[in-house]
Amino acid sequence: MTVLSIENVTKRYQLNQKGNSTDDLRDTITRWSNSLFKPSKNKNTKEDFWALKDINLDVKQGDRLGLVGANGAGKSTLLKVLSQITEPTTGIVRVKGRMASLLEVGTGFHPELTGRENIFLNGAILGMQKAEILRHFDAIVDFAGINKFIDTPVKRYSSGMYVRLGFAIAAHLEPEILVVDEVLAVGDADFQKKSIGKMRDVSNSGRTLIFVSHNLTAVQGLCNKGAYLRNGELIKAGKIDEVVNEYVKTVSKFQLKQKWADPNEAPGNDQVRIKSISLTPNQEIVVDNFDTRTPLKMVFEYWNMMDNAELNVSIFLYSMTGECVFNIGDDAKIYQKGIVRAECNIPGDFLNDGSYYISAMIVKDRLAPVFFFEDALAFDILDYREGTDWYGKWPGAVRPKLITVNSVQKELL
Amino acid sequence: MNSRERIITAKKSTTDYLKEIWGFKELFWILAKRDILVKYKQTVLGIGWSVIRPLVTMIVMAFAFGKIGKLDTNTAIPFTLVVAPGVIIWLFFSQSLQALSQSIVLNSNLVSKVYFPRLIIPLSTIFLGLVDVLISIILFFIICIWYQFLPDWKLLLVPLFILMTFLAAFGIGLISAVLNVKFRDIGQIIPFVIQFGYFISPVGYLTESVRSTGQPWFYKLFVLNPVTGCIDALRWCMLDDFAAFNWDSFVPLVIFIVVTFFYSIRFFRKHENSFVDHI
Repeated sequence: MTVLSIENVTKRYQLNQKGNSTDDLRDTITRWSNSLFKPSKNKNTKEDFWALKDINLDVKQGDRLGLVGANGAGKSTLLKVLSQITEPTTGIVRVKGRMASLLEVGTGFHPELTGRENIFLNGAILGMQKAEILRHFDAIVDFAGINKFIDTPVKRYSSGMYVRLGFAIAAHLEPEILVVDEVLAVGDADFQKKSIGKMRDVSNSGRTLIFVSHNLTAVQGLCNKGAYLRNGELIKAGKIDEVVNEYVKTVSKFQLKQKWADPNEAPGNDQVRIKSISLTPNQEIVVDNFDTRTPLKMVFEYWNMMDNAELNVSIFLYSMTGECVFNIGDDAKIYQKGIVRAECNIPGDFLNDGSYYISAMIVKDRLAPVFFFEDALAFDILDYREGTDWYGKWPGAVRPKLITVNSVQKELL
Repeated sequence: MNSRERIITAKKSTTDYLKEIWGFKELFWILAKRDILVKYKQTVLGIGWSVIRPLVTMIVMAFAFGKIGKLDTNTAIPFTLVVAPGVIIWLFFSQSLQALSQSIVLNSNLVSKVYFPRLIIPLSTIFLGLVDVLISIILFFIICIWYQFLPDWKLLLVPLFILMTFLAAFGIGLISAVLNVKFRDIGQIIPFVIQFGYFISPVGYLTESVRSTGQPWFYKLFVLNPVTGCIDALRWCMLDDFAAFNWDSFVPLVIFIVVTFFYSIRFFRKHENSFVDHI
């Protein structure tokens, strides 16, 4: 059953152009009085900005829809329209059942009021009846873990307590449709885990979830459907994996291949010239993106212009922050004039998810760098995990499977 | 599963709108309660301020206009009693107007993050002033006992005129609240209006004194002030036979309320959904 249907929804904002950018009373009066005399001239000063362009989307009961897209793609605007904070310029949204939106935790907390008073205030703001709040009161306090401070004004709370209380209240709403924006960006790992767990409960009980986050891992782990927005347009909607793949493909600055046909134009010097460098998945199955499981093969070719030169290749892999993850070279050998080909295999289940880049160096006589080909390749590795309910960022530069941890029951009590 | 379908579009019917406001009545009470709770948090005297303010105002008014302005020489009852209704109305009106005009901006965190009918926010401001009104009226009774003055049955009409006072403030307050979202100049204008409004309303003097100045055009302008209507009416009902009912100021008041009430709500509805774009 379709519980939410978005039909031809657009949202237009008017931007004031230069000269009219301030919005104080004086300007408006001047503009207005000017327009009495020359009405035609002022028409052109406003520029339209389309935050949403003709969005059509259906959400079925029990769906967990993840909205993905870059900043400014219109995700938040769409949520605002759905949660009725702002009206669509045109189009219709049909909603069946009670919808609660959680665009920010702790919305409407008043700093002077105590935790107890704020639970009732916030509950009412989110659309709970008083009886409902009373019923969940103890559970909310427990979930937030603020039993001791329940009668303290929230202005004295730590920011963690504040956020926990806010989420605890929202988590005990029982809407048929829950709209959540980016709550995972706040709080510590423990809290993130708790909040994801709670959102899972929502979806497991057959309710509908609409979720926006930049944490693609969380989106993929939590949602079964996805919608990808770009510049206010709906680019793709469907199964979450397909949508996320599409999104990653269009946004990442991949450089998986560089190739030169003419040695005179290629980077290098009079001793060596780069011919090509490429990175491909080292497996039969064709994939669009690399994830942590994918084995990778790097092929590097260069023109050697020297006779009887003792050369070797040294490969550097850097993480996005510029730290060198590894530097590995091959054995030096004597090469004649011509093309030299080097191959480097990076096994699957070795690198962690994240962005990486590769540089290659050609070394002569085992000590003298001949040419350093910097930032030759750039690529992203997507996250893949199973058998865990945790979707925070996996720490570390590498995530090798060959290092294992084993536990056994050593003794019975 | 609730089978009722909700439709979000650019337009909404009036009955749906009213139904929705009714559906959020709980929030209305909670917001009113919050405003009252917050008002005296972290003060030593707390609700005592609601006693001190009207009391001191009445004493100062009675002294300034009565003793110094020599207006108390020909009144049949103690001048403090004459001043009391004026002070009650003026404090309530100015407080309501101030709270109304700031209501949307002060709640911008709510307006930009959650949905509910926005009209709830300005509506709930009425209670903030009502607490003070209630305390002032109790104060008035104490003064009555002090001067051994007995008001008559007309006292029962007090709630009606208090409500009318709120409605008088409601229209302009609501329009100011909307404008204040976009033009914060309003936040500057309102305190200014409240400051001199004191003098063009019969708070510390009587409408009768204005009529007897012998300048009819001035009196005609004077009764157009809605606060004049409210104070005249309250004096009539609180002070036994001291003041006659003044239709001259009451009729403009009623017209003012009806016109501004409907216009302001229309104005508010037209703009409420774009608050978040300007706030």
